[in-house]
Amino acid sequence: MRESDLRATTAVVGVAESDLGEVGPHLSSLDLIGQATVRALDDAGLEKSDIDAVFCHSAFFQLPPVAAAEYLGIRPRYSDSTAVGGSTFVGYLRHATAAINAGMCDVALITYGSTQRSAAGGLVSSGKPLMKSYETPFRPRLPVTSYALAAARHMHEFGTTREQLAEVAVAARKWAQLNPAAFDRGELSIEDVLASRLVSSPLTVRDCCLVTDGGGAVIVTSAERARSLRKPPIYLLGAAEAHWHKDIFQMPDLTVTAAAESGPRAFANAGLSPADVDVAQLYDAFTINTLLFLEDLGFCEKGEAGAFVENGGIAPGGRLAVNTSGGGLSYTHPGMFGIFLIIEAVRQLRREGDARQVRDPHVALVHGNGGMLSSQVTALLGDSSTL
Amino acid sequence: MLEVQELTAEVHPEAVYQALLDQAVFAVHTCDRCGRAHYSPRVLCPHCGSDSLHWERSDGLGTVYSTSVLTPRGGEPYAVILVDLDEGPRLMSNFVGGPADQARIGMRVIVRIEPRDEGAVAMFEEEMS
Repeated sequence: MRESDLRATTAVVGVAESDLGEVGPHLSSLDLIGQATVRALDDAGLEKSDIDAVFCHSAFFQLPPVAAAEYLGIRPRYSDSTAVGGSTFVGYLRHATAAINAGMCDVALITYGSTQRSAAGGLVSSGKPLMKSYETPFRPRLPVTSYALAAARHMHEFGTTREQLAEVAVAARKWAQLNPAAFDRGELSIEDVLASRLVSSPLTVRDCCLVTDGGGAVIVTSAERARSLRKPPIYLLGAAEAHWHKDIFQMPDLTVTAAAESGPRAFANAGLSPADVDVAQLYDAFTINTLLFLEDLGFCEKGEAGAFVENGGIAPGGRLAVNTSGGGLSYTHPGMFGIFLIIEAVRQLRREGDARQVRDPHVALVHGNGGMLSSQVTALLGDSSTL
Repeated sequence: MLEVQELTAEVHPEAVYQALLDQAVFAVHTCDRCGRAHYSPRVLCPHCGSDSLHWERSDGLGTVYSTSVLTPRGGEPYAVILVDLDEGPRLMSNFVGGPADQARIGMRVIVRIEPRDEGAVAMFEEEMS
C-alpha cells in the first residue's frame, strides 16, 4: 500500500469554533472544547455517542485526550496526543485517516481549547522544561526572537523588506475585516505595522500573532459515511509531516523550513500541485511565517515571497487567497492555531465564507507550523469535484 | 584533542562543557568517527550516530548568522545572535563589547567567556584582526 492510496478515503464532516477572544476567567480550556464539540457535532449531524476516537493536545492540562474525553463523556477506543506544537492538529487529520482506514476507529474528534488570554496573557508552554537550555542564558524572548532571527536572515539573503513583512499583517487584517469572528478588525496600514513597538528586531508587535482564548473541533470519518451526513464532505486528499529541528539554533537554514519537505510530499499524496490550490491557510504566528511557507510550499521561488505579497498579493482580491479568516495575526491565536486553519479551509470549500468567501474554490491547502519553525505539516483538502 | 580529564572530573557531556567554560576553556564536542563537531553536547553524534566522541579546544571564532535586538522595559538593548563556529556548529549567544545594533550578519566574532554565579557563559564580540 502507498500513502497516496489513502487519497479521499476520509473527510471532514463537522467543524466549529468555541467562543473566541476573551472568554475567561469563568470558562476553562475544557469548557471551550465542550462548546466547540457540541457545535461541530451539530454541524455534522452526528451524536456525541458516534465519536470513538479523540485527538487532543494542550498546554493547559495533562493527558490531553484523556482529560478531554472525560470532560465530554466519551470512552474512545483510539486516542492520539501527538505533540508537535501548533501544527499538531493538521497532523491529526493524517493520523485519523490512518486509524480509520485501519479499522481502529470510525469517527474521530480533533479538538483544542485554550484560555491563553484570560488565564495568562502570555504564551503558556507545554510543560516546564526539566533540561538545561542552551538558549535561555542569552535572553531570547521566545518564541518571537526565533522568528525574528529567521526574518533578519531572510532580509539579509534575499533583500526582503520590512514593508513586505508588514504586507502580510495588513492582508490578514483586511481578511479579518470580512470575518465577524475575528478579534482585531480595526484599520491597519503598513505604516502602522512599522511604527508599532519593536519586540525583537526586525519584528514589531504587529508582526506577531494575537493572544486570545479559543477552542475548536473538527470531526473526521470515512468518505463513505461522510456522504450520508448533513454537510457536503470535505475530503482529505493528502497530508505530510516533517520536522528537522526543535530550537532555532539547531535549524540548518533559517530561510528554509521543513515545509519544503512536507509540501511536496502532501502534493504528491494528493496528486496535485501548488497551481491547483484555490485557497491557502498558512500558520501565521509571525509575518515571516507566511513568506517562508509561500516559498517552501512552491507558490513562488525561494526569496520571492516578499514580492509575491506586495500590493495586496495575498489580501482580498489578490493573486492568492491566504488566511481568509484573518489568520493568527488578526482572527484568533489561542496558543496553538492549527485547528483553526482546518476550520476555515473547510468553510471556504463548503462556500460558507460569507463576506470573505473565495470564488468557487475546490482545493484548499492547510499548513501548520509548530515550535520555532520546527514542525511543519501540510494537508490538502478538496470538495467532491476533486474525486 | 583536549585531554579533558586533566581539566575536569566530569564525564557527562553537558557537565564537561560547563566545567570547561567555568575554567575559561571553550571546547567543541567532536565525533571520533565522522570528525564532525556538534552543539549542544550530547551522548551521540547527531550526524553519524557514533557514541565515540571527544572534546576539541576551540579558538571560539565564528561568523554571525543572524541577529535580533531586544530592548527590555527600563533596560539596555541587547542582541541575541546566532554564531556559526568555524568548526561547524551554530549556537545562540549575545553580542558583547559594543552596542547591540552593531552586531551584523556576516560579522566575524570571537568568544568571550563571562563568569557567572550560575555557571560561565560563552558570549561573542567582534573579532579585531
